[in-house]
Amino acid sequence: METYRPLSMFLECLKPSFLGCCMLVAILLNAVVFVPSAAAQTFENLLAKHAPLIHKSSSKTVAPALSEIVDFGGSVVQKFLLTWRSKDLYFLKKNGQFVYVKKLGDGGMQLINVETGAAFATVNKAAIKQIKPNSGVRAKISASLVPFLLASADHDERAASLDALARDFNKSHLPLLGAAIKTETNVVLKRRLERAYRFGLIGFGLDEDAIEAAIYELEGDLSLETRAVLNPLLSDKLYVAATLPAGINLARVIVPGKTTKLADGKAGRQSIIGGAPVELSLEAAYNMLVDAAMSPALVSVKARNTALIDAVKDGRIGVEEAAGLDNEAARNAAYSSLVLNGSAAEMINQDALRRAVEGAVFYAVYDNPSQKIVTAAKTVLADIEGEVNFYQAIDLLVDGLSLASICFLAAIGLAITFGVMGVINMAHGEFIMMGAYTGYVVQLFVPNYTLSLLVALPAAFAVTFAAGVVLERLVIQHLYKRPLETLLATFGISIALQQIAKNIFGTQARPLTSPDWLDGAWAINDVLAISNIRIAIFMLGLVFLAMLIFVMKRTRFGLDTRAVTQNPAMASSMGINPDRINMLTFGFGSGIAGIAGVAIGLFSKVTSELGSDYIVQSFMTVVVGGVGNIWGTLAGAALIGTLQKGIEWLNPSNTLAAQTYMIIFIILFIQFRPRGIVALKGRAAGD
Amino acid sequence: MKKLLIASALMCGVATQAVADIKVGILHSLSGTMAISETTLKDTMLMLIDQQNAKGGILGEKIVPVVVDPASNWPLFAEKARELLTVHKVDVLFGNWTSVSRKSVLPVVEELNGLLFYPVQYEGEESSKNVFYTGAAPNQQAVPATDYFLEELGVEKFALLGTDYVYPRTTNKILEQYLKDKGIAASDIFVNYTPFGHADWSKIVADVVALGAEGKKVGVISTINGDANVGFYKELAAAGVSADDIPVVAFSVGEEELSGLDTSNLVGHLAAWNYFQSAETPANAKFIKTWKAKMGDKRVTNDPMEAHYIGFNMWIEAVTKAGTTDVDKVRENMYGLTFPNLTGGIATMLPNHHLSKPVLIGEIKADGQFDIISKTAEVPGDAWTNFLPESKVLISDWKDLKCGMYNKETASCVQLKSIY
Amino acid sequence: MGQSIKQNTGRSLDQTIFTKFLFRNPSIVIFLAALGLFTFGVTILGEGVGLGLISTSFVKTLGKTLCLCIIAIAMDLVWGYCGILSLGHFAFFGLGGYMIGMWLMFARTKLIVIESAHNAVLPPTPGEISDAVGAQIFGVVGGADIPLIWSFADLLWVQLIMVVLVPGLLAFLFGWLAFRSRVNGVYLSILTQAMTLALSLYLFQNESGLRGNNGLSGLQYLPGLEDVPQAIVSIWFFLGSAFALALSFIGAMFFVKGKLGNIIQGIRDNEARVRFLGYNVEGYKLFVFTVTAIMAAIAGALYYPQAGIINPAELAPIASIYLAVWVAIGGRGRIYGAVIGAAFVSLVSSYFTGGQASDVSLGFGVFRWTEWWLVLLGFSFVAVTLYAPNGIGGLFDRFNRSGDA
Repeated sequence: METYRPLSMFLECLKPSFLGCCMLVAILLNAVVFVPSAAAQTFENLLAKHAPLIHKSSSKTVAPALSEIVDFGGSVVQKFLLTWRSKDLYFLKKNGQFVYVKKLGDGGMQLINVETGAAFATVNKAAIKQIKPNSGVRAKISASLVPFLLASADHDERAASLDALARDFNKSHLPLLGAAIKTETNVVLKRRLERAYRFGLIGFGLDEDAIEAAIYELEGDLSLETRAVLNPLLSDKLYVAATLPAGINLARVIVPGKTTKLADGKAGRQSIIGGAPVELSLEAAYNMLVDAAMSPALVSVKARNTALIDAVKDGRIGVEEAAGLDNEAARNAAYSSLVLNGSAAEMINQDALRRAVEGAVFYAVYDNPSQKIVTAAKTVLADIEGEVNFYQAIDLLVDGLSLASICFLAAIGLAITFGVMGVINMAHGEFIMMGAYTGYVVQLFVPNYTLSLLVALPAAFAVTFAAGVVLERLVIQHLYKRPLETLLATFGISIALQQIAKNIFGTQARPLTSPDWLDGAWAINDVLAISNIRIAIFMLGLVFLAMLIFVMKRTRFGLDTRAVTQNPAMASSMGINPDRINMLTFGFGSGIAGIAGVAIGLFSKVTSELGSDYIVQSFMTVVVGGVGNIWGTLAGAALIGTLQKGIEWLNPSNTLAAQTYMIIFIILFIQFRPRGIVALKGRAAGD
Repeated sequence: MKKLLIASALMCGVATQAVADIKVGILHSLSGTMAISETTLKDTMLMLIDQQNAKGGILGEKIVPVVVDPASNWPLFAEKARELLTVHKVDVLFGNWTSVSRKSVLPVVEELNGLLFYPVQYEGEESSKNVFYTGAAPNQQAVPATDYFLEELGVEKFALLGTDYVYPRTTNKILEQYLKDKGIAASDIFVNYTPFGHADWSKIVADVVALGAEGKKVGVISTINGDANVGFYKELAAAGVSADDIPVVAFSVGEEELSGLDTSNLVGHLAAWNYFQSAETPANAKFIKTWKAKMGDKRVTNDPMEAHYIGFNMWIEAVTKAGTTDVDKVRENMYGLTFPNLTGGIATMLPNHHLSKPVLIGEIKADGQFDIISKTAEVPGDAWTNFLPESKVLISDWKDLKCGMYNKETASCVQLKSIY
Repeated sequence: MGQSIKQNTGRSLDQTIFTKFLFRNPSIVIFLAALGLFTFGVTILGEGVGLGLISTSFVKTLGKTLCLCIIAIAMDLVWGYCGILSLGHFAFFGLGGYMIGMWLMFARTKLIVIESAHNAVLPPTPGEISDAVGAQIFGVVGGADIPLIWSFADLLWVQLIMVVLVPGLLAFLFGWLAFRSRVNGVYLSILTQAMTLALSLYLFQNESGLRGNNGLSGLQYLPGLEDVPQAIVSIWFFLGSAFALALSFIGAMFFVKGKLGNIIQGIRDNEARVRFLGYNVEGYKLFVFTVTAIMAAIAGALYYPQAGIINPAELAPIASIYLAVWVAIGGRGRIYGAVIGAAFVSLVSSYFTGGQASDVSLGFGVFRWTEWWLVLLGFSFVAVTLYAPNGIGGLFDRFNRSGDA
């Protein structure tokens, strides 16, 4: 995530003020931190001089103040910069003096001198004003702190200063890094230093061969920073000329309206189906000719109309009635008459435009004059891009799997209630929501996130299990023979539950915060990363799958359930109580939905509409997979997850389209395979 | 049938209630997806009306609020607006949040010559004779925030992420053109729209992060609305995107929205508004105190609330000046009215029905509040943006030109009614 | 009340060819009389041409409710009589609304554009007009070009045909695919729900060319008739809706009382048996599904000009489920039951959620109708399903055993 911008930094360094700063920093390097400056003025005076720049700082203007402050040197400066950066610096409203502040218990503010560190007065809050540097300024401060912190004895400070370097690197940092590499003892940091040095060299180095070597050393490095350093080396600009000039670092020759720009900087042929758009349209090419003063300007339709309007006198243009000019042909004709009069410039027609464009050469030239560097960057990048594509494909797959696991989790309760029992429970989504809200309520009482999660999972199961049992007893058991009516009755339950949740918790999304160890992501490299919470959901899905298979296939309860769903009469004659089994199975499926709710709430949001977002999708998952089979639900989830991500990849700027086409695909899929992917055979297939 | 008649009789009954008082219609969703944001505004209006009545009302009469619930249903907004204006005969309407709902109400207020105060930041490109826009136009929020990105943070590559509806669409269209004018290449602008309530952000966040591969500083301009923000920020935090690397500036995320989030991972990301609760002025302190006294300590204040605060007080002043609640007279008295902002400075009502307000940029703090790091002088709201070629030539002036869509080039009024 | 009406209207309908049919089905006469009386009453009491006791907004609500009754009849035919629980008929309703909305919006905008170009020095070219229309309609959603599907939006008759054709074709295609592969029961319900979801998601996209989430707005204005006050326009549409409802009712009754009605009820009760009798079950189902979709679309085309705006949220799956709720509460398998259900539930819902009902103080807290109405509706719906499967219509059956079910 660290970005690295040598080019712009380089330009910045060329500004006079900054150049001065760079040089001074370089001179000061060896003497850095602990030697007080010999300058006659005090630090406070220096600050007072730059007070306006610091009070209302802007990253554009703060540089001179910063450079002088850094020049002053010493731990006072370091403390000042750190305090300023953390927004803990204040100034006195009456005279603008900078102070540190210690908040006293009674609301008073004890003022501390920035130079001496001595407390000197206590004022109330109204007398001072906090200084809030924006993040642009903070980045600049961080960069100024590098000379101090890179030599720090503290490992974390050195690491932090490397982070700062990644954001704001300038030329002055290069020798600093060189020195730091020599003294660094920590292996990890040393490697980071070397890498940063290499980046710096590529960005600011002067020796062509050294840069080339540094580029080749980056081979196979997939990180974003590497690509961020190499890509700018391949930037190019378009030019037009009558003939192709010699002695340029040519990237490609462009045929307007035909060729596209390839990733490696060459010109490519446009593919017939889709593909990249042409790099330069005929009109744009002609406009380049106009800009280069090689052709007369086009007369735009607007310019033509303006000319016509200007020429109208008493409702007429010459002999023509202005009222008759309500079509293009008439307007063009009228304009031609103006051209003949000599009162307007001639319009360029399409043929002339094409001829003019074909008579010139359009080409792109690399901004970097060195062919060697460009070739090296191209070679290394081509390698990297290949690997990046590979990892992107894997990343897509992982995303798909992650989505699949969420689908699976949302649908797995249904796989039992709908899949095994054949009950359409439209309130299933609301059970998921109840689980999520249970998690939220638990967090209100148990502040420790890890502990609260451990409590929330069984609590959510208990709550939704109970809700499921109640629903089954009161409503569903009366409707086993009327599946369509079950659908409608449970829909009634669904709207009631949703509204009750709204009445209790409000419409605002409620926070369900994951513990720290679920924050963050597992990053294999800068291309392939997956957030921990998604991994956890994936694992949870697997656990559920295993548990469900175990319960259904290996326990007495599972056996009973299967017996009751296949033939209730027979089952009951074997001594199984179908009522009880139905009730428990339904409760079990609902309970699992509750646990899924906690997981889903953790990674997205907890609102009363949480359930309705998942209900249709969940039914689709079960139906596509094949009713009555847990493996089927798994297959359905996998299909839906990967398919949706696949479509999203084809059409990245439109997530809705992916959902739309996925549903259409599923509708068609069911037409051709009504029993789903994993269809039950024989008697188990029921009807 | 009988029941139907009873229901109709009940509804008619409403029409014959008290007439003498001055009535204020409040048209905010109290249920449905937008209730989240709009209920707060209803409460704000009730609080403001209470305050005014405590001061003796207006023109010697009490102000009576008429609250209806359009239920986040756009057609219902039009229906309820008509009901308020014709059945309840309200003198003024305060309401709406989404642009879609405003576009739905627009034909009704124009037909019946009503008066609507619209308190939310919006996409501009509109100026109705019957609407006062007290929220920010793009040049009062989106454009200054983009400037901040360009100038202060040095962002060179932009990801414009938005929820798929009219406000993000139009705002992004304006911003795209603005960025191009500022020399940003089209290939450095990444645009993505997601549906309302979108939850699966991993791919989009990864795409944004990958934009950094070209070595340009990436910034995200977010017009993501409502619930979807929760998932988006969670995914950002999970991906370890720090505000120092890829800053996100949001136009629809305020104190209210952040209260549903753990903000510790979002510290440093930005929002641009005309108001933040953290603004330190006496007027704001008093406003917050009254609000918390009425609604409870945990409740926060936000930008659209300030917009209603200014709008309502200006309306009171205009009615007092006009001596009547007649819409046309009140409107004429609105122009040039001033009222102090809660954040300091003075808001002025312009002839184009927009306010001049300061633009604030805040960084998210761990407690869900904002650190104001930039505040401009008052910026006059611009109904027609100067950054799109087709609206550059348009201005709105209901005072002298008496036209909301006036073409400067041809010096003629394009049309009097709004585009819906 | 019913008795006197029957006598009154019975006389005036003597000459029609349906006399026999009508006398065999007195519920038609009762219904038409009630509808006529109601329509007459509203017109007289309305603001447009009458006394002004009923506000225009309420006339619009009533007009819209009549349209909802039409789609409820369609739903009853397909579900109550044919046994297909379609959770997608609101999609056709919405599509009908979109088709007419396109014309309303385009034609009105075009008139505005032409009027605003009135003073221009050069009269506008057709290209300029269409550019300006495009900018007005699509400017707010970030575009300016007119999508291809709007090619005929200028022609009323084409769009009117589209009202029937587009939803009809969609229903035909969907039904053909579904029935052909013998998808039925709850699977079909889920599939229809998926279709609605896909359609609404599609329309939510800006790329659909129908202004995405923003939908089509300003539909209450008839192009060229903008000076006619809404009070009058609302009465026109109210009468139009009432007329369409009357036709639908008669048509539906005629349909279900005929041989076709027997066959589809047979399919509902035992599909396999009807198939073994040699009937093409799939064909009949497809026919009912498509015809009711077209009915829904026509209802939508009448509804949205009264609502003034249509957007994809109108097509959300939940709307179709509510439709099923109305029909179930009203009483399935009776056409008047559907009408009663739709009118009653939608009006009462809008009354209670609209905030007009005063809150009830319970001592320990306040019972707010806006908050609890949906809860009550949900539970009462469960109660109806469990204990009164015939809905409100079932109550009528008890009083009226004369055989019109």
